[in-house]
Amino acid sequence: MKILVPVKRVLDYNVKARVKADGSGIDLANVKMSMNPFDEIALEEAIRIKEKGNAEEIIAVSIGVQQNQETLRTALAMGADRAILVVATDDVHNDIEPLTVANILAAIALKEGPSLILCGKQAIDNDFNATAQMLSAKLKWSQATFASEIDVKKDIVRVTREVDGGLQTIEAKIPAVVSVDLRLNEPRYASLPNIMKAKRKPLEEISPADLGVEITQRLKVIKTKEPDSREAGLILENIDQLVEKIQENVGG
Amino acid sequence: MKILVLAEINNGELAEDQTSKAVSAAATLGKVDVLCASNQCSVASTNIAKMENVENVLVLEDEFFAQSLAESYSETLLDIINSYSHVFAPSSSFGKNVLPRIGGMLDVMVISDVSKVISEDTFERPVYAGNAIQTVQSVDKVKLISVRTSNYSAVPSTGSANIKKIDCKSNNSLTTFIENKMQTSDRPELTSAKVVVSGGRGVGSKENFEIIEGLADKLGAAVGASRAAVDSGFAPNDWQVGQTGKVVAPDLYVAVGISGAIQHLAGMKDSKVIVAINKDEEAPIFQVADFGLVDDLFKAVPEIEKKI
Repeated sequence: MKILVPVKRVLDYNVKARVKADGSGIDLANVKMSMNPFDEIALEEAIRIKEKGNAEEIIAVSIGVQQNQETLRTALAMGADRAILVVATDDVHNDIEPLTVANILAAIALKEGPSLILCGKQAIDNDFNATAQMLSAKLKWSQATFASEIDVKKDIVRVTREVDGGLQTIEAKIPAVVSVDLRLNEPRYASLPNIMKAKRKPLEEISPADLGVEITQRLKVIKTKEPDSREAGLILENIDQLVEKIQENVGG
Repeated sequence: MKILVLAEINNGELAEDQTSKAVSAAATLGKVDVLCASNQCSVASTNIAKMENVENVLVLEDEFFAQSLAESYSETLLDIINSYSHVFAPSSSFGKNVLPRIGGMLDVMVISDVSKVISEDTFERPVYAGNAIQTVQSVDKVKLISVRTSNYSAVPSTGSANIKKIDCKSNNSLTTFIENKMQTSDRPELTSAKVVVSGGRGVGSKENFEIIEGLADKLGAAVGASRAAVDSGFAPNDWQVGQTGKVVAPDLYVAVGISGAIQHLAGMKDSKVIVAINKDEEAPIFQVADFGLVDDLFKAVPEIEKKI
């Protein structure tokens, strides 16, 4: 079976997001960009499923600007077999909405026929947490979100989900869309030989129009601002003062 | 404008706080109907009917909805949901699972984690782990909104809504529920607790976490943890407070041995009063704390517990 893994290029996890002075968004010029950490976990899981002999091919897909090539090369170096780049914009500040992403991925899925699509549960830039669910609805496939354990069987995939209050296990018919949570695995680093090998793996470049998908924007971003900041308070001298402050604010 | 709120009900049990706060956000636009779909609805629907600003409680009682599986919920209820202009749900694992699927089916973009309803088409939501707040305007015919419940207070129980039974066809051939493994606890629920005591990497081990739990129990508080503590196996994952865990806004938040990484701050910085205990005076947590104590937690926390 084939596994499709969408990977998003986002502002690196360790870089602090800076709001542009004119309120038009986050400044993404000349900052370090990386693969969305949740997508890395999804890709790692796909590679482990393949290593266990339960999948033949892993296809990584990225949607966005030309530079997403780098993200796909990283995916190939980690262990994806081939990559598809959908160039949907030439401005890195133009975030493609999950609904459009789902339309693009659905078109690719119909062409490629994967049994499983493994997605990160959310992108750490727009924090929507929506692509996997929308994609699964578009394809009318089964949906399993927030996976902390994935067990691929013949016609079904058994997924343990991180839900409020604990864990829920469900079985989803294949083909399925699964979104992954933090504790599923720890992604590997690409080794130098694999980075070299990745340069020769196939990377196909297409446009949304090739897939018959139109880029739309249903949510107009009117402005982006800094959150209200808290001011640093008082450093207390001893435990008694702290006890007093806690007691003042309990049930207050 | 017709407004619907999806009540969160897990196996017959109403998530009252979450649902009430979603009603509170929705009611900024007008009176609301609440959809109560579960295997047992009598207690849940009675409680929802008392929520202020609720006009009708639509009750759909069927074994089929016990676990609120995404397919069961969205496929079956699509027609009902489609007759509203606004659909709100709490931004819990229930809302996050179901609402975007409905969006995919209706070809409507979901507006996730809304922290403020500005008008019928304009909303504020945090992005980049709360490092920025975006104002977005939706052009969709239906607005699908998940509510960041920590930004809203529950509505008072002074209402008396109509309870109406409804019917629809069950349909889910895609997923099957196997089991739930829920953490059982006598402590208050993390997202609705008035007081939260959280431990971080500094606590050092699962055994040491009992110190945190002891103080929490003394204060009648919920227990939270930083991602570092959860990843190190000191605390279960549903205790995690932060952008990828739970977002809390209690009256009092006590952070113990937590350095204050940005993703943790995103989950608790709306708390009314923040108290931090950390032996490192440079820890970023002190930049958001109202009161800080630079001390060894193993010495300080048991002493605090004794003195309260």
